Amino acid sequence: MVKKIKNLKEFSLSNDRFEGANLMCPGCSHNIIVREVLNATDDPVIVATATGCLEVCTAVYPKTSWDVSWIHIGFENAAVAAATVSAAYEVMKKKGKLPPATQKMVEEGREPKIVAFAGDGGTYDIGFQSLSGAFERGHNFMYVCLDNEVYANTGGQRSSSTPIGASTTTSPAGSVSYGEKMMKKSMVEIMADHGAPYVAQVSPSKWKDLVKKVQKGFEVYGPVYINAQSACTTEWKHAPEDTIEVSDLGVESCVWPLYEIINERDEHGIIYSTKLNITYRPKNKIPVEEYLAAQPRFRHLFKPENRHIIDLWQKAVDARWEYLQRREEAGV
Amino acid sequence: MAKKYELNEIEVWDGNMAAAHALRQAQVDIVAAYPITPSTPIVQNYSKFLADGYVDGEFIMVESEHSAMSGCVAASAAGVRAATATSSQGFALMAEVLYQASGMRLPIVLTVVNRALAAPLNVNGDHSDMYLGRDAGWINLCSYNPQEAYDLTLMAFKIGEDLNVRLPVMVHQDGFICSHTAQNVRPLQDEEAHEFVGEYKPVNTMLDVANPVTHGVQTEEDWHFEHKARQHNDLMNSFGTIKKIFNEFKERTGRTYDLVYTYKMDDADVAIFALGTTVESARIAADKMREKGVKAGVVSLRVFRPFPFKEVAEALSNVKAVAAMDRSAPGGTFGALFNEISAAMLAHGKSPIVLNYIYGLGGRDTTIDMLKGVYEDLDKCAKAGEAVVPMQQFLGLRGPKLSFY
Ligand SMILES: Cc1ncc(C[n+]2csc(CCOP(=O)(O)OP(=O)(O)O)c2C)c(N)n1
Ligand code: SF4
Repeated sequence: MVKKIKNLKEFSLSNDRFEGANLMCPGCSHNIIVREVLNATDDPVIVATATGCLEVCTAVYPKTSWDVSWIHIGFENAAVAAATVSAAYEVMKKKGKLPPATQKMVEEGREPKIVAFAGDGGTYDIGFQSLSGAFERGHNFMYVCLDNEVYANTGGQRSSSTPIGASTTTSPAGSVSYGEKMMKKSMVEIMADHGAPYVAQVSPSKWKDLVKKVQKGFEVYGPVYINAQSACTTEWKHAPEDTIEVSDLGVESCVWPLYEIINERDEHGIIYSTKLNITYRPKNKIPVEEYLAAQPRFRHLFKPENRHIIDLWQKAVDARWEYLQRREEAGV
Repeated sequence: MAKKYELNEIEVWDGNMAAAHALRQAQVDIVAAYPITPSTPIVQNYSKFLADGYVDGEFIMVESEHSAMSGCVAASAAGVRAATATSSQGFALMAEVLYQASGMRLPIVLTVVNRALAAPLNVNGDHSDMYLGRDAGWINLCSYNPQEAYDLTLMAFKIGEDLNVRLPVMVHQDGFICSHTAQNVRPLQDEEAHEFVGEYKPVNTMLDVANPVTHGVQTEEDWHFEHKARQHNDLMNSFGTIKKIFNEFKERTGRTYDLVYTYKMDDADVAIFALGTTVESARIAADKMREKGVKAGVVSLRVFRPFPFKEVAEALSNVKAVAAMDRSAPGGTFGALFNEISAAMLAHGKSPIVLNYIYGLGGRDTTIDMLKGVYEDLDKCAKAGEAVVPMQQFLGLRGPKLSFY
C-alpha cells in the first residue's frame, strides 16, 4: 500500500519506527536515510543490518532504537538474512501459519517490507558474495547501501567504494601519496546487471526523490537495490551541520547522480527491457572541485603537486554523466 | 500439505538418505544449503523430495556455506524450522555463523558428514571438522551408522527446540563409511515421526509484526559475560532434556540411546574410547581380545557437547588403561578426546593410564587388527602399571614410526 506524503513537515512527523535516540555521530547521514526509508511506508517493516556504524549504534543491549523486527548476524550476511526472512515469510504464508496479527495485516493488503541496511564495506566488499547470490535468486526484499565510501565503524579504512584521492587510514595522503589510487566501483550498474527489477541511486538531501524511489522499490516484486549517499562527518571530516549541504554539492556536481534502472522482467528473471532514468538534472552543473573542497578528506588534493587528481576526478565524473545521459536517451 | 512418503518397515538407506528423510519428516520450513562431498546427497535427496511434493517448505540453494548457515539463522529468527547439511571446508566456512546461531539461541539442526580439513585437500572422512566446531556452543550428537543418523536427526529437532534448551544441534556421521554405506534402517512412518518431533513453536518470531523483536544485539563488557554464562549454563543443563528425549524415543521405537555408549565395560581392564564408525570395529576387536583373556571394552559418546564428564568418568572408573582415539590431526597438543577424557578422569579423582592414538586421517582405513594392537599396548601398560609405550602414537602411518610425549 503506497503511503501518501504531502510535504516534509508531515513526513517528519511520521510515526517513528527508528528512534533518534541512538549512538551515531551528530550529523550522520545513516540516521537520515534509515528514517526516510522506513517512513516511506506505513506497512510493517522487518530489518536486517550488517555490522557497521548503524548496527553498533542502535542495538546496544538492553536497549534498541528499533520499533520494527530487526536482526544483525554478521558483517557479510545482511543480504542473505533479509532474503531468508523473506523466504520464511512466504513459506509461512503458503502454509497458512503466519502469526495472527501478521495474517490480519496481509488480509488488509499490508504485506511486510523486508529491508537490509549495510555500509559500503558490507556491500561492495565482504558482503558482495551474499548480495550477489540473494539478487540472482530473486528474493523479494530491498537492500539499501549506506555508502559513506569508507569503513567508518573500524576507524576509516578504504573500501572499494572509496574514491580516488580520498585520504583514509589505510590509503593515507602523505609526502609521496595523494591517498586512494582507484576510482570507486559502480555498484548501481553491477546490481542492475543482476537483473534486479529496480535499482536506484539516492541522496538524503533530495528526500522526495529518495522516498519516491523507495516506494517504487516496495511496489515491485523481487530484489531491489538502493545506493544511498551517506555523508559521514567523522570520516569526510565536515561539520555536522553541513551534512545535507555536502550531500547536495555531490548531487549538483554530478559526483552523485540521481537515477534509477528499471528492468522489466518476469518471475523467471527473464528481462524484456532495461531502462535508465535520470531523476534529477542539475540546472547548473557545478565543478567537482566545490564538492571536494567542502571535505577535509580531500584537502591535500588542493596542493599544487596533487592538482592533477582533481582534474582526473572531473574527467571521471563528466564521463560518467555523459554515459548516463546517453543510456537514458537510448532507452536502454 | 506435503504428500505422505510410503516407507517400508525396513529401508535400505545410507547415512545421507537417512538424514534427508529425517529432515523431510521433521517438515523443515527452510533448508538453505550448499553442496560439499560427502554430505551433498543429503541436499540432493531433499531437493528430490521437494520436486516430488513430499516436502512443502523451501529449499534455498545459496551461493556458499556462509550464506547457508546465515540463512538458517535468519529463518530461525524469523520463526520457522531451519536445517542444513555440510562437511569439512563448508563447515569451516560456516564457523563464524555457528557462534552466531548458538549465541542467538536458535534451534537450527546441522547434519555434519565428517571429513578431513585441507590442506592437503581430501574428501574422505575424519573428525577434523567436528573438533573445529566443538566449542561453538552447539549440542553435538554422534551417530555411528545410518539408523543412528536418522534417529538422532529426528531427536535433534526436539532437543534443540525444547524451551529449556533453545540451542542449535549438530548431528555427526562419518564421511563415506556411514554416509555412503547402505544399511538396513527402520524408519518411523511420516505421521509418527512428525508427531514425535512436534510442530515448531517459535519464540520471539520476527514475522509477528505486532511484536517486533531485536535479534543479534551488541553487548560489550557490560552484558556479554552474563549472556555467555547463561548460554553455557543452559547447554550444560541440556543433559536433562537430552535424556528425556532419548527415553521418549526408546518408548516409541525400543531403540536405546545414552549420553555415553559402553560395550563390555562392567569388568573391563582396558578400553578403547572412540567416536563414529570406529566404535563398531572396536567392538569386534574387543571380542577377539576377550577370547585371548584380555578384559577389553569400548566406550563412546552419543553426546560430545555438552561433554558428559561424569558419565565418562563413571564408565572408565575401573579400567587400568584407556586409549583415546582421535581421528583428527592434533595440531600441537594431545588429541581433543585425550584432553577431554583426561580432564574428566582427573576431575573425578581417577587416574588410569590414558594413551592417545591419532588414526584414520583423511579416510585411512583402520582395521580390526590395528585396534587389537591398541588393546595389546593397553594390556602391556595395564600389567606394568605405567605407560610403557609412547603416550601419543600414529596408527597405521607409513614410513618411520612417529610418536610423541
Ligand atoms: C568478518 C568481519 N570482518 C571484519 C569485521 C570488522 N568490521 C566491523 S564493522 C566494519 C566496517 C564497516 O564498514 P561499512 O560496511 O562501510 O559500514 P559503516 O561503518 O561505514 O557504516 C568492519 C571492518 C567484522 N565485524 N566482521
Ligand atoms: S562515523 Fe560516520 S557513519 Fe559512523 S556514525 Fe559517525 S558519522 Fe555516521
